[in-house]
Amino acid sequence: MRSPFRPDRVPDPAILDDHRPALRALERRGFLRGGLSLGALTMLTGCDVSDSSSIGQALKAVNVLNDRVQEVLFSSTKLAPEYPESRVLKPPRFNAYYEIEDVKPLDRATWRLELAGLIQDKRPWTVEQIATLPEREMTIRHICVEGWDYIGQWSGVPLRTFLERVGADLTAKYVVFKTGDDYPSSIDMPTALHPQTLLATKYAKEILPDPFGFPLRLRTSTKLGFKNPKWITAIEVTNTWVPGYWEKLGFNWFSGL
Amino acid sequence: MDAGPFVVDGIRTQKLHPWPVRIMHWINAAAIIVMIGSGLGIYNDSVIIQGLHFPEYLVLGSWMAKNLQWHLAAMWVFMLNGLAYLIYGIATGRFRNKLFPITAGEIWETIRETMRLKLSHEDVTMYNAVQKTLYIVVIVAAVAQVVSGFAIWKPMQLSWLTDALGGFQIARIIHLTGMAIIAGFLLVHVALALLVPRTLWAMLSGGPKITTRTVEAAR
Repeated sequence: MRSPFRPDRVPDPAILDDHRPALRALERRGFLRGGLSLGALTMLTGCDVSDSSSIGQALKAVNVLNDRVQEVLFSSTKLAPEYPESRVLKPPRFNAYYEIEDVKPLDRATWRLELAGLIQDKRPWTVEQIATLPEREMTIRHICVEGWDYIGQWSGVPLRTFLERVGADLTAKYVVFKTGDDYPSSIDMPTALHPQTLLATKYAKEILPDPFGFPLRLRTSTKLGFKNPKWITAIEVTNTWVPGYWEKLGFNWFSGL
Repeated sequence: MDAGPFVVDGIRTQKLHPWPVRIMHWINAAAIIVMIGSGLGIYNDSVIIQGLHFPEYLVLGSWMAKNLQWHLAAMWVFMLNGLAYLIYGIATGRFRNKLFPITAGEIWETIRETMRLKLSHEDVTMYNAVQKTLYIVVIVAAVAQVVSGFAIWKPMQLSWLTDALGGFQIARIIHLTGMAIIAGFLLVHVALALLVPRTLWAMLSGGPKITTRTVEAAR
């Protein structure tokens, strides 16, 4: 099966050769722009500096450095605190890059979980097949990058169990998700293998309602809310880093808690 | 110890603000402005006090992603520079010389004088009791910011810390309060430095030479 992560039409590499002079000119222009951005320093008080400036580049570099720091801080055995069932918020708080009215529910009958990358058994999964997998329940705090939080109770197969079942290469670096709402996301393998990282199918013991990711979503206790894609349609195990929806816009990739 | 006749043991002559103090002061000034400006933007995305939004002209960064990039970059500068300052202040005895002792009577006396607008800054090398108190408060607030900041950044890996502060939302409130204390200090500090420009000049040039007794003098 063709990987759902690859573009349908791959550009011809020869295009690079055809356009080499133009590419070089682009780089020179970038250099000039970099020089100009020294002047942009003086506009700091204006409070925003464009991404191409040296300050923007420096901030991005520290952002990447912070990914590395968080990888070191991450403990694969430390569990997030769990809470009594009485504190579970029902229904959970909705959050996405669009409003709840714009949720496009997935069809249970036609939904398939596709697999790609460093996985031995890439046969797609149906809702019924997922339901046969062993389940774990966790009552954990959801923390949003914005600053709000709530206690939620999630159940589903641990991602580690699933990856082992399909023969994924657990030494690979990343697990990448594709979703029904066009919200790509990726996490590091140690987080994927953490005991509190689930492919959740239920909230508060009930089948996930449509707005919260039916039939399958990620729920990890070790990362900020936005690192938990909903309506998962494909999983890829890879050594290639792919930024997610918010990371492309400048949010921190690791975003560990 | 056989000290020669020209060696004065235990007495040190140096500028009021030695160069490490000045460098760390200005690095800290820049870091704190970035931390407050970007922090206000992060606050605005999910306000703690209903109705309290900070105006855009105070915010550093055009939106949340930028606010966070600034905040989580400048935090390293603020933290490492602050750590160096604490080590320096303790190791050289500067904290002990400049900030202690403070007596309640002394504080009261200074407040009364200040109320009568008698700002005695004849001697910039000595801090009065209110100054000492404010400097101690702001140093403690800065440490509290680092601690509560970690509790917010890593509420799971450092869940013991977040719990010790009373939970994630309490940690946010502490972090906001610490910012308010530092911002309040900043306003008074800058206003007074402008009123008595000699103090500002001293933080640039090092100020007058002063003689201090070092730790060894007590032997």
